[in-house]
Amino acid sequence: MYTFDYHRPSTLEEAEQLFRNAEDGIYLAGGQTLLPTMKQRLAAPSDVVDLAGVDGLSGIEATPERVSVGAFTRHAEVAAHPGVCGTLPALAGLAGCIGDGQVRNRGTLGGSVANSDPAADYPAAVIGLGATVHTGSRQIAADEFFLDLFETALAPGEIITRIDFPVPLRAAYRKFANPASRYAVVGVLVADFGGRIRVGITGAGPCAFRGTALEEALQDDLRPAALEQVEVPDAGFNNDLFASADYRAHLVRVMACRAVEDLMTL
Amino acid sequence: MELTLTVNGNVHELNVPANTLLVEVLRERLGLTGTHVGCDTSQCGACTVHLDGRAVKACTVLAAQAQGAAVTTIEGIGSAAQLHPMQAAFREHHALQCGFCTPGMIMAAIDLVQHNEQLDRRTVRAGLEGNLCRCTGYHNIVDAVLAAAPELAGEAEHG
Amino acid sequence: MAEALKDGIGASVRRKEDVRFVTGSGRYTDDINVAGQLHAAFLRSPHARARIDAIDPTEALALPDVVAVLTGKDMADDGLGDLPCGWLVKQKDGSDMVSAPHPPLAHRVVNYVGEPYGIVVARTVQAARRAAEAVATDFTEVDAVVDPAAAMSSEDIHDGVVGNLAYDWALGEQQATEDALAAAAHVTRLELINNRLIPNAMEPRAALGVYDKGTGDHVLYTTSQNPHLERLVLSAFVQVAPEHKLRVVAPDVGGGFGSKIFIYAEETAVIWAARRLEQPVKWTAERSESFLADAHGRDHVTQAELGLDADGRFVALKVSTTANLGAYLSTFGSSVPTYLYGTLLAGQYKTPNIFVEVHGVYTNTAPVDAYRGAGRPEATYVVERMVETAARELGRDPAELRRLNMIRPEDFPYDTPVALTYDVGDYEASLDKALELIDYAGFAQRRAAAAERGKRRGIGLACYIEACGLAPSKLAISLGAGVGLYESGEIRVNPTGNVTVFTGSHSHGQGHETTFAQVVAQRFGIGIDDVEVVHGDTGRVEFGLGTYGSRSLAVGGSALSCAADKIIAKGTRIAAHMLEADPEEVEFTGGHFKVRDSNRTLSFAEVAFAAYVPSNYPDDLEPGLSEKAFYDPENFTYPAGTHIAEVEIDEQTGEVELVDFVAVDDFGTVINPMIVLGQVHGGVAQGVGQALLEHGVYDAFGQLQTGSYMDYCMPRADDLPDFRVDTTVTPCTHNPLGVKGCGEAGAIGSPAAVMNAVTDAVGVNDLSMPATAEKVWRALQGA
Repeated sequence: MYTFDYHRPSTLEEAEQLFRNAEDGIYLAGGQTLLPTMKQRLAAPSDVVDLAGVDGLSGIEATPERVSVGAFTRHAEVAAHPGVCGTLPALAGLAGCIGDGQVRNRGTLGGSVANSDPAADYPAAVIGLGATVHTGSRQIAADEFFLDLFETALAPGEIITRIDFPVPLRAAYRKFANPASRYAVVGVLVADFGGRIRVGITGAGPCAFRGTALEEALQDDLRPAALEQVEVPDAGFNNDLFASADYRAHLVRVMACRAVEDLMTL
Repeated sequence: MELTLTVNGNVHELNVPANTLLVEVLRERLGLTGTHVGCDTSQCGACTVHLDGRAVKACTVLAAQAQGAAVTTIEGIGSAAQLHPMQAAFREHHALQCGFCTPGMIMAAIDLVQHNEQLDRRTVRAGLEGNLCRCTGYHNIVDAVLAAAPELAGEAEHG
Repeated sequence: MAEALKDGIGASVRRKEDVRFVTGSGRYTDDINVAGQLHAAFLRSPHARARIDAIDPTEALALPDVVAVLTGKDMADDGLGDLPCGWLVKQKDGSDMVSAPHPPLAHRVVNYVGEPYGIVVARTVQAARRAAEAVATDFTEVDAVVDPAAAMSSEDIHDGVVGNLAYDWALGEQQATEDALAAAAHVTRLELINNRLIPNAMEPRAALGVYDKGTGDHVLYTTSQNPHLERLVLSAFVQVAPEHKLRVVAPDVGGGFGSKIFIYAEETAVIWAARRLEQPVKWTAERSESFLADAHGRDHVTQAELGLDADGRFVALKVSTTANLGAYLSTFGSSVPTYLYGTLLAGQYKTPNIFVEVHGVYTNTAPVDAYRGAGRPEATYVVERMVETAARELGRDPAELRRLNMIRPEDFPYDTPVALTYDVGDYEASLDKALELIDYAGFAQRRAAAAERGKRRGIGLACYIEACGLAPSKLAISLGAGVGLYESGEIRVNPTGNVTVFTGSHSHGQGHETTFAQVVAQRFGIGIDDVEVVHGDTGRVEFGLGTYGSRSLAVGGSALSCAADKIIAKGTRIAAHMLEADPEEVEFTGGHFKVRDSNRTLSFAEVAFAAYVPSNYPDDLEPGLSEKAFYDPENFTYPAGTHIAEVEIDEQTGEVELVDFVAVDDFGTVINPMIVLGQVHGGVAQGVGQALLEHGVYDAFGQLQTGSYMDYCMPRADDLPDFRVDTTVTPCTHNPLGVKGCGEAGAIGSPAAVMNAVTDAVGVNDLSMPATAEKVWRALQGA
């Protein structure tokens, strides 16, 4: 790992100030993606601003309408939180299948979402549930948040403070994991907001996106069979050692069907 | 940078470069070489320790992030004279061969049984997802974890 | 035979070494630190094939804490020699194989990504790595040769190696085999690919070199399966230091699986740099370096033809294999696809005509050498995929077709058409036990039940044989081995009656400290806690050839048994003198020397004490009670068994789940059943990994695509089922313990069993390993 200056601010303002003053600063949350990247000397920030000491970034509030998760909340906390498990079990389940146990004890919601890794799980929930991303200065709608591979609507230095997930009638997440990395080759979250269906897809493309054709098909007929005739074009889909673009497209449909099956049992 | 770590109950005042990993402090500064490093992409789990009571990969935590925290390593859970129940179960069930993954596996297994009440063979296998072993084929590790689980669950309740 | 002891032969004694491992007190190479040690990082080629035009270390040397940048040229200028390949293979035409020079640090050219061409030494690890990046090297890239199948028609990588062919080797009768195939009632043909694997012992390789300028002594701590061989090669061939000035210590080693047999560039450079700089130098591989620069395994492309007569009897097997040897011949790289492969193609069957030819080719990839099983998994894969396919083509039950062709107990000793003589076995016994364990008859029901759940269930068998217990020295040397393959054992009985055992075998997970103690304790009637096993240090153990090829107990254990014979013989003479009896009247049993038909006895400890305090002692006997033996086996040992796998395939995704696995193995006499079953579990996991998950992949430019655990899929706990393992026993006929060896069997039988199950479920024969979800899904679309 290259050398850097380490900072541990206690307020959001201080953190942003440190970032602005740095030549090439980066925020550190759980560090489960950033630190491996730095260890392999693939990133060489001049300054690492650790958000662990910033007040008010952690914690979960679950109401019947909304699950609000602080950006610094670890995956394991979300997965085990009684409120989340009761109100929005699909989100708890998704958090419980990120990485592995040790990663979930460190990794955070904000870190995952801000990174926009194409194979991360949380973005499927942000998109699929139509969440609102809160930062120090504004709110960003899910549909506007993920722009491209590792690219989001966040301005340089902008920090996610919390994410509000609207609670649907029911929702389910299905993931086809890469056997080596355990990241999502394809992950699909289907949410039923009572007459309004949202489908969030991760793993397949450069960043998470909505499965609009799947949503339309499910809108009137919320059954797996409704997806049989839906075309999932693979243009722009990822293509790697484990899955070609057309296989990913196939998996999107299969995972969506399975999510709908799960959802129908709720 | 200056930091204070409590490792296995002992308080250490250290001065380390900012880019020092927790595992480097444990192995190189404190001589706690039971925590091993088996990969550079944070997957093998050989470096697993407990940070404030939860299993983490010490190769993926900066020493600076552990400032003020309590760290427990394999050296801190039992001794040759008095093995921790999980250590004893690993030996009893032949859940190790070369021993390299073992400390991390044991630390992960303790976290697993302390935070899951109803474990069976399938959930133990899933729960050890963060640890690689190349020797045992995991079969005997699953035996050992399940054998130690009742004892540890009891301890957690009392502790 | 002595009464069975609670911790003697046959007891599942808990391992002596485990207390240190479970408490984190193991001492692996990277755990060792010495005062004043420096740290090394290697300059590694970013290109699969290039000329080195210039290396400019100026910027690196200017960085803080950097001590030196040494290159392949510096090493050559110091007179260090090449890394040798230890096994000379003779080609079809009788000529020697073509061995390309393999300098430890590349010099002038680099031939695979990750090949080391220099070593950077600094005061910290971070400084060394930073400096390695700052060394400016000018390369001229050259088109790389990556695909083994195309290697013979590609540009030559090495001067003088025409068509990149290291050797064109054959075994067996070609004409007779072809004639028999032509006359066969049925011929099964298949192309079989044995996927490249990357060993991935969990402990990365490491080395710490210490040089004492006062005495000229060199000490190399390193992750080796065979420290004496390491010392021999580094002194006799590479000429780092003379043998008596070089001590090699392999302390606790975190797994090997073959990959730590070989003599590598890194430890060579570390001990050389330590002398040049007169300071200790340490290097520990990052996992990404292990992926690039540990010797890989397997990587064969094979065309095979199996002929059967009208009754289903095998009449001929013809095998043509291209074996990817990588950029250089690694220590035993030449022998793996030849003598450890072609000789096993008879399997468990009486196939009368077998011909195998192997083209060993160079490519611009990491060297390929022995990985758990080494040649024998590849042979088993060919034989057992062919047999299973033949059964399907003929509509025969695969188990019964095998049974029909098996060598039967009365046929032993059995001479195969491929140069081996099997001493003993009962293959049907293992087959029957395995069929019973898996409930073979109930499979149809299980398949139907799976279908109702939307799963395709398949079953696959593999009846493997291996030749291990390497190896009869004269035979091995006649076949090109550069060293003998005996083993040494020394037993020092201490004056108080406890025992220190020195073995040339090396434990890196196998549990020798326990198993060898059991063997010795049983012989002397003492407890295993009174036996200390010392290994892995050329400064303490006289000589040895290390641990690989499932040889430790069969060869190293036999050496100890022979040394124990000598101890007992001498003890008997001492006891006879003390008991005023004739030595012929004294017997040793249950830990006591006893005059037959009397109550006059002496304990083992009393005799040991007398040997060192020789007052009442024979005049014609030297004091002391310490004996050594070199044991050279008469033959290989031949473990064999049946593995059966059942898989379920998700039709929609192609995902394969291994749902059941049964292994029934004949390892001869078993010393510690617990350890033996553990070896099978681990071997099976690696074999299942090969069949379903693992694949070392290079792209067309020779860049490794699977260079970390993000892309190279290691088996995890939830990829595997519980294993159901049992044994049958026919003791080996030619070693004193009756043991055969168990380290590799799991990895030998399981890939074929799993792939036979997968192809059974899918309904195709030509599916290559690893059977990834997408590959299976595509096969299902076409099936």
